[in-house]
Amino acid sequence: MIFFEADALSMDFGGIKAVDGVSFTVEPGEVFTIIGPNGAGKTTIFNLVSRIYDPTDGHLIFLDEEITRLPPHEIAGRGIARTFQNIELFEHATVLQNLLLGRHVHKRTRFVEELLFLPKVRRFELEHRAAAERVIDFLDLQPHRDSPIVNLPYGVRKVVELARALCTEPKLLLLDEPSSGLNVEETDDMAFWIQDIRELLGITVLMVEHDMRLVSAVSDRVLALDYGRLIAAGTASEVQAHPEVIKAYLGG
Amino acid sequence: MRFIFKTTYRQDLRLFRDHFQRNWYLALVAGLLVLPILLPDYLVDFSLVLIFGLCALSLMVLAGYTGLVSLGHAAFLGIGAYAHVYLSQDLGLPWIVSVALAAGIAAAAGVLVGLPALRMTGIYLTIATLAFALIIQEVFNHWDSVTGGLRGKAVEKPVIFGVPLRGDAEFYFLCLAFLAAGLWITRNVLRAPTGRAWVAIRDSEIAAQSMGINLAVYKTMAFAYSAAMMGLAGALFAHKIGFLAPDIFTVLLSIQFLLMVVVGGLGSLHGAIFGAICVALLPVLISEARDRVPDWFGQLFGIFGTHIGLDVAAAVDRFVKQPGLEPGIFGLILVLFILFEPQGIYGRWVKIKLYFSLFPLYKSATFARQKSYMKSERLR
Repeated sequence: MIFFEADALSMDFGGIKAVDGVSFTVEPGEVFTIIGPNGAGKTTIFNLVSRIYDPTDGHLIFLDEEITRLPPHEIAGRGIARTFQNIELFEHATVLQNLLLGRHVHKRTRFVEELLFLPKVRRFELEHRAAAERVIDFLDLQPHRDSPIVNLPYGVRKVVELARALCTEPKLLLLDEPSSGLNVEETDDMAFWIQDIRELLGITVLMVEHDMRLVSAVSDRVLALDYGRLIAAGTASEVQAHPEVIKAYLGG
Repeated sequence: MRFIFKTTYRQDLRLFRDHFQRNWYLALVAGLLVLPILLPDYLVDFSLVLIFGLCALSLMVLAGYTGLVSLGHAAFLGIGAYAHVYLSQDLGLPWIVSVALAAGIAAAAGVLVGLPALRMTGIYLTIATLAFALIIQEVFNHWDSVTGGLRGKAVEKPVIFGVPLRGDAEFYFLCLAFLAAGLWITRNVLRAPTGRAWVAIRDSEIAAQSMGINLAVYKTMAFAYSAAMMGLAGALFAHKIGFLAPDIFTVLLSIQFLLMVVVGGLGSLHGAIFGAICVALLPVLISEARDRVPDWFGQLFGIFGTHIGLDVAAAVDRFVKQPGLEPGIFGLILVLFILFEPQGIYGRWVKIKLYFSLFPLYKSATFARQKSYMKSERLR
C-alpha cells in the first residue's frame, strides 16, 4: 500500500518553477521533514498537497487514491490536516470554538436538526467537545480554553493551530514551520509534542522546518530542496553533510 | 463578581449562562408582554422595532457571522412582502402557509444571489447585492399582475387560523412571537457546527477550507437562511405598513439594515436587537425633536432679548425642517460608531459590564485594539 506519494510534482508561477519534478514517498508512522533555503518551494509543496494550488504536472497519491484533483475541502475528510506558517486561526472565536471547528469533518447533523437543536445535535456536540478536550489535555491548553485567539500570545496560537489540526483526527499531519516565531523553550516543547504525536497518537508527520536542532531531534528522514528541485534525501545528519546542501545554504 | 464553576460540558451548550441571566431574560419578556398596557400610544413603533429586529438578525447572520456584507437586503424584504400579499390575498392561501412560502421564495432568491457570491469577496460582493436590489426594484415596478406596479397594493389585516388580528396589540404580540422564534433558531444554528462554519468563513476562508468546510455550500446556506428570515420579516412588514409600493424597498432601507448591524455591534445577536431599537426609534425621536428643539433654542437665546430668541428659533426651525436631515443623521451615527466604537452598542455594553464587575481595577487597555500581524498575504 502507498501511504503518501508525490510523483514528479511540478508547479509553475508564470516563468518561475517553484516546484520542479519533485518525487518522494512518506511511510506510515514516520516524521518526514522538508528543508531548504528561502524560496526553495517547501510551502508550495504543502499548498499543493492541501490542494490550495493546482499542480502544473505530477500526481499526489494518499492511501492508494489519487488526490491530485480533489477540491480543497475534501482533503481534511480524507485524513490530511495542516497548520500554516503564519497561523491561520479563526481570530474572533475562542480556542474551544477553533478546536470544535477542527471537528467539522466529523459533522453528522443536518441543518434542519440544528435549527431546532434536537437531542441528536446535543449528543454530537457533547461528543465533539469530549474529543476537543482530549486534545486540550494532550497539548496543555486548559488555561486558554475560553479565551479568544486575539488575546493570546504568538506561542500559544501556534499550539492552538496544532491542536485544531489534531482535532480532525488526521492520518497525515502537515506542519508548516512549527517552530517559527517560538523561543527556545517553546521549540523544545514542540519537539516533544511532535514525538508524542507520532508515538502516542500514531499520526504520520510531514514537516517543513528551518531549525536544524528540531529537525535532527525528531525527523526519521529529511529531504532537501533548492530552487524547486530535490538535492538530497536521507537521515538528518546525512543530508546536513551533503555537499549540495552546504552549497545551497552557504553558496560557493 | 459572580464566578461560574463549570462542571459539565452541557453547561456550555445551555441557552443561558446561569439562573441569574435566565431570570433577567424572563423579566425582559414579562416587560415586553405588559408593554401594550403601559405605552399603548407607541405600539405601532414597537411593532416596527420587532420587525426590524428580525431584519437585523437576518443581516447579522450574513454580515456579522459569515462576513458577507449585503447592500441588497431590502430586496429580500420586498420579495417576502409581495410574495406573502400575493399568495394570501390574490391566491387565497391560508396565512401561515403563505408566510412560509414567502420565506421559501425569499430563500430561493437568496440562493440565486449567493451563487455569484462564491466568486466574489468583500466590496465586490456588496456591489453585486446592490445591483440585485436595483433589479428587484424594477421587477416590483413592472410586474403589474403580481405587485400592482406603481399603483401599489393594499394589504389586509392578518387572519390566522380564522382569527382576525385587528388591533395593534395583537399584531405586536405576533411580531414578538416571530422575533423570539427567530432569535431561538438563530442561536441554535450558531451553537451547532453550521454556525461555527460560518464564523470560520468570516475569519479565514483558507483555514476553513483546510478544516473541510465547503465554502460554496456554507456561503449559499448563509445567504438562503438570511434571505428566508428577511422574507418572514417582509410578510410582517407588509401588514405593518398596510400598503405596498416599490419605492419602499429602496437602497436607503438596505443601508438602514446595515446601519443596524454595525451600530448594534457586528457578530452578536444582542447587537442586532440593540441596532434595531436604535434605527427604528430614531425617526420617532427625530420627529419629536423637530417640534421641540426650535422652542428650546428660542428660550435659550431668549435671555439676550425676545427678538433674538424668536430669530434663532425660526432659523433652527428652518434647519430641522430641511429634507434629508434623517439620512444625514443616520450617516453621521454610522461614521461616529465606526470611528469610536467599531464593536457597536454591544461592545460598549460589554465594557460597561466589565467596568462594574472589576470596579476599581478596570483598565481601558483591556480592549485596546491590536494590530493583526503575520497574516499570510500570499494565500489571499
